[in-house]
Amino acid sequence: MKSMNRRSMVALLGAAPLAGRLLTGTARAASQEDDAPPTKWRVVSSRQRFREVHFPDVVLTTHEGKKVRFYEDLMKDKIVVINFMYAKCEGVCPGITMNLRRVQKILGNRVGRDIFMYSFTLKPQLDTPAKLAEYAEMHGAGPGWLFMTGKPADMELLRRKLGYTNPDPALDKDVTQHIGNVRYGNEALEWWGACPGLAHASAIAQSILWLDWPKGYNRPGKESVNEK
Amino acid sequence: MANISKRNRKREKDREIAAKNRRELIAERFTRRDLLKMGLLTSAGMLIPKMGLSARPLTSAGFVNNTPQSPPTTPFVEDMPRMQVLPPVASLTPAPTIVPNTAAGEGRTVAHQAFAQFPPRKFYEMIQQPGQVSMHPQLPVQTIWGFNGITPGPMIVANYNEPILVRQRNNLPQVGNNGFGFGSVTTHLHNGHTPPESDGFPCFFFTPGQFYDYHYPIVYAGINSTHPGTGDIREAMHTLWYHDHRIEHTAENTYKGLAGTFIQFNEFDTGNENTGFKLPSFPDFDIYMMFNDKVFDSQTGLLAFDQFNLDGILGDKFLVNGKVQPVLHVSPRRYRFRWLDSGPSRFYQFFILDPTNNSNLPFWQLTTDGNFMERPVKVNSCRIAVAQRQDVLVDFTGKQGKTYYIENRLEQTDGRGPTGTVLPAGQGTKILKIVVDGPVVADTSVNFDTALPALPPGQPYFYQFPDTNQPVAVTRTFRFERNNGQWAVNGKFAGDCNDIRFAVKRNNAEKWIIQNNSGGWQHPIHIHFEEFQTLSVNGQPPSAVEPIVRGRQDVFRLEHNQQAVLYFRFRDFVGKLPMHCHNVVHEDHAMMVLWQINDVGDTNPNP
Repeated sequence: MKSMNRRSMVALLGAAPLAGRLLTGTARAASQEDDAPPTKWRVVSSRQRFREVHFPDVVLTTHEGKKVRFYEDLMKDKIVVINFMYAKCEGVCPGITMNLRRVQKILGNRVGRDIFMYSFTLKPQLDTPAKLAEYAEMHGAGPGWLFMTGKPADMELLRRKLGYTNPDPALDKDVTQHIGNVRYGNEALEWWGACPGLAHASAIAQSILWLDWPKGYNRPGKESVNEK
Repeated sequence: MANISKRNRKREKDREIAAKNRRELIAERFTRRDLLKMGLLTSAGMLIPKMGLSARPLTSAGFVNNTPQSPPTTPFVEDMPRMQVLPPVASLTPAPTIVPNTAAGEGRTVAHQAFAQFPPRKFYEMIQQPGQVSMHPQLPVQTIWGFNGITPGPMIVANYNEPILVRQRNNLPQVGNNGFGFGSVTTHLHNGHTPPESDGFPCFFFTPGQFYDYHYPIVYAGINSTHPGTGDIREAMHTLWYHDHRIEHTAENTYKGLAGTFIQFNEFDTGNENTGFKLPSFPDFDIYMMFNDKVFDSQTGLLAFDQFNLDGILGDKFLVNGKVQPVLHVSPRRYRFRWLDSGPSRFYQFFILDPTNNSNLPFWQLTTDGNFMERPVKVNSCRIAVAQRQDVLVDFTGKQGKTYYIENRLEQTDGRGPTGTVLPAGQGTKILKIVVDGPVVADTSVNFDTALPALPPGQPYFYQFPDTNQPVAVTRTFRFERNNGQWAVNGKFAGDCNDIRFAVKRNNAEKWIIQNNSGGWQHPIHIHFEEFQTLSVNGQPPSAVEPIVRGRQDVFRLEHNQQAVLYFRFRDFVGKLPMHCHNVVHEDHAMMVLWQINDVGDTNPNP
């Protein structure tokens, strides 16, 4: 059968993406109807590709009134700790923000130095930099922890790109059901993790430090205080 | 011609155009407002159904779950690989020690509790390291992380009452992961009755440059308790697998290739079809198939892992034993297939499709999670969740010249779980092509069509189910919930190596009630250490749900609003263990409880 020959030929030609093009005339019509693979794969670093897919370089405004670019200023080469909130949130946000304050205390003066904490607002129309500054002060957020807002379309894009979405579209529209996880990563090394924002602060801090290379990463693993 | 109808080809083409449009939009970094202005978004932020653009919301990676994004690949062009059996080594250097050999670089922190009682008789060494593999000829070579640099990793064939020791060496890179993968690892044998310090506890990880000795006594549960000296043969397990289990990073590591297979024989399941249960002989007619689904980047052709996915990753490329949609040639006789869903998140329902008339080839289901039921059950399909293993017996006798497909018909469009629809025959996903064109060979394996009617009524063919008579010391309830995207068990959040929530007294029996209160989500809940038996599901006996739910399992597929009562024993060994959802994306975002077995225990009913 013509199709059997074509398939065997593809197998024989091995890994070459050009395989689809080197077919005989009689089989060519068939192959044009199927999606032939691209002739050339794009060569790009995984870090760059990840950046393209996940990190739009939108301009945001911090609670201190400073304008920053999401990738260039906030993410690049840093260890970051991310969450989403809004000032008037009466659900999970107060607890999570308080918890992150505990995390900040554990991490000490590294926050602002090589570990950066970012809270992004889910209500950019309401949460002006001044409102965010008020919120930061109310929760005692220390230096190195930025609360940010921006154009509503940009904040929404960021929310989706960073995975703070709900697969149920109805729940996704309801801001009170927003994702309460805290995400942390080492951007340069492409290490990422996340856990509930209400998990123990010591556990969150530990997970962040595991992404600190080489020291945190190579710390021995047992950690448990219950070790018998 | 590829094996898709004209109608499907057009739909594939439309979807490909739509996906291409979407990629261009994202690459151009149009803001949401731009998309709204262009009339391509509803105010709810969803792409409108225009030119094939889907109405579903964009996920974090800019993908829409039910649209293919991976580059197209022609199915059924390569042979399905067979598992490579790992030979033991004559000795290990340095020699294994009971106490961790920290000076030599061992990352273990707890002494082997059963080493003196069960000294290893065979030694194995595996090196966790990067490898270059081809998953399909039309895709570029992929960099994976695998046991001995291959994926699936090498198969270990063990024998009951022959203890072994496996030295795992971590030669993964400290840094440099091509986008995903965390080189700090811990290896779990799923679901061995293993001393917990050798069980791959998520917090017992070791880093590149270190090694970790895993001691596997390969004994039946009860050996030091209910059935001293022998263990309870009714607790025999035969089809296992092993994989990375590093806390918070299990999904990326297993997805990157750190998984392999492990089988256990004894005097009944012998691997020789002329003895014992007379199941088809290993390895020629006893074939292990590891299924997983993956996504490949549309531009680079490389394996892609969405680091920011919280729900569950669904791939659009279906692999068996490391190859996309391969082909298996069989002889016209009986085969034992060992099926494993190695994830990351998808639920499957496998049928064996005869494409000439879209009928099903029925087959015998032998095991649940690799544990024999009392008798095999004849079925048209079998459901399998992440980490479950089902051994099946398929008879190709008299089918020379025919072609079949293992077809998945369970519809699933996002990480929450299947939609509930079982697609019609021929409209699912054909994952493996089976061609019955092998040589005619002798077949002396058991034929259940004749062997079962010959049995006295009520007599098992395989092992009896263990009794559930031991009085229960405590009944505990575990309520799985999702609050604002955060997984909670009994209202508490996890992901904490310091939080060992409760203690079971060694050799006690307990009832565990697992409840799914997470709304529209389904979860394969896995408990380490011993297999459980299901006493009830939503108040009904398990066989009323599905006959196979009666069998011994280590993963319970907890569906919407479901409650299951499980009977456990915790025999022979002490130490720390986890219970967790085996949708590895949920697991990493802390859908896990850490607990321990010790000689004191507690009676906390809601840990």
